[in-house]
Amino acid sequence: MLPRFWRKIKHRYNLIATKCENCGTYYYPPRNLCPKCRRKSRIVEVKLSGKGEVLSYSVVHEAPENMKDQKPYVVAMIKLDEGPVITSQLVCDCKEVRRGMRVKAAFRRCGEEGDAGIIYYCTKFVPE
Amino acid sequence: MRRVAVIGVGQSKFGELWDASFRDIVLSAGIEAIEDAGLEGREIEALYVGNMSGGRFLSQEHIAALIADYAGLAELHIPCTRVEGADASGGLALRQAYLAVASGLHDIVIAAGAEKVTDIVDKAMEILASGVDREWEVFNGATLASLFAMMARLHMDMYGTRAEDLAMVSVKNHRNAVKNPKAQFRREISIDVALNSPYVAEPLRMFDCAPISDGAAAVILASEEVARKYTDTPVFISASSQATDYIALSSRKDFTRMDAVVFAAREAYRKAGIGARDIDVAEVHDSFTIAEIMAYEDLGFAEKGKGAELIREGVTEIDGDLPVNTSGGLKACGHAAGATGIRQAVEITLQLRGDAGERQVDAERGLALNIGGTGATAVVTIFSR
Ligand SMILES: [Zn+2]
Repeated sequence: MLPRFWRKIKHRYNLIATKCENCGTYYYPPRNLCPKCRRKSRIVEVKLSGKGEVLSYSVVHEAPENMKDQKPYVVAMIKLDEGPVITSQLVCDCKEVRRGMRVKAAFRRCGEEGDAGIIYYCTKFVPE
Repeated sequence: MRRVAVIGVGQSKFGELWDASFRDIVLSAGIEAIEDAGLEGREIEALYVGNMSGGRFLSQEHIAALIADYAGLAELHIPCTRVEGADASGGLALRQAYLAVASGLHDIVIAAGAEKVTDIVDKAMEILASGVDREWEVFNGATLASLFAMMARLHMDMYGTRAEDLAMVSVKNHRNAVKNPKAQFRREISIDVALNSPYVAEPLRMFDCAPISDGAAAVILASEEVARKYTDTPVFISASSQATDYIALSSRKDFTRMDAVVFAAREAYRKAGIGARDIDVAEVHDSFTIAEIMAYEDLGFAEKGKGAELIREGVTEIDGDLPVNTSGGLKACGHAAGATGIRQAVEITLQLRGDAGERQVDAERGLALNIGGTGATAVVTIFSR
């Protein structure tokens, strides 16, 4: 997982999205091709505000091995103010999360990889 | 395009088959199908096999050649191809076999599906989750269950679907599995047990989630003309449709609907010249109970948002107007990833032939829905007597 992760590190750490200047749509995860405009796509990189609201969420009780030390944790679909929806961990009390809740991006420890226990970081969300 | 019929079906037991190897379970399904069709074996002109992740579950790729070898087909040198679309792999293999016969390329083709998951039991669910976006969903903390849980949460909030409705799907499918000798969980559960089982990903609990199972299934397809030579009870494939959607749930417009299912179903009904109301029995992809409720809506069995009414009113019970998952579904018959789509075709064929034993329903037309991941791939197949 690590190589793939590092490749997009600029986008992950800084919430860099792409925007199609032809139709004005923001994409995060970033896309190099606008599905609406295809060959007419004019893709540029833009930094997102990192603010948005919870569309849906779940409290995860059965977690994969590398996330086990964090359970139960909240995962949410967050609609960012610029439009794109992202799936992300939401760092908050499991009982506090609600649909429509305002949240903002924060830099957090994400997990550990392999026996060497390399700690990696990523963008998560917290209540605004 | 020619009419295509199912002339033989076979299925291994689904479940934790500790004693059986991948080769063993595939062979048992294949032999059963060949015997059921009354074939000798060398009439088979091609093989398609659905397998989700031999590479990760078994460290074995080249699955089609392996299966052909152990099925005794190696010396025939027929083309054998593996097809992959996460847990829709079986449905895709069925469709490829259908196309090969319908096009006139081959007269008799075998479509198989197989998965052996219990060799690395602790990683099985994580491998199943490779059917969603690893980089932008799983990496960010989502599990397969939590993605379906987020669909469930919205469906509940927007349409009044209740935890009890989800539990009733599980109770129904367990009850049906009691009557299926090939099923993994052949025991009834009460709604209280389902509602009090531990959370996997809220609001989904243990009994909302299908297991991941070992299993294999096979069907033999033939052109109509050839089929008539082998059987008096051919079951025809009236339509086979496939559709695709964004792989990540977050990229889709509506999280309470699977557009790939809606599109594949619409196309299938059009090709078959029928409507949703003409379906008498269905096998749908209940990897999570909410997926069965959404399937009722996306397949047109219920209006949008009213899927739960079908389970509340008993419509989809085995003695209801539209029995769904008479096999026990993925929840109770078991979910052997790449085998599931073929296993569904086996069940519908048995039902339409009148060979479903204790779980027999009265049906002329059946439908199977097989999806991959959270619905980025959907295959809808319509069968008729
Ligand atoms: Zn565009």
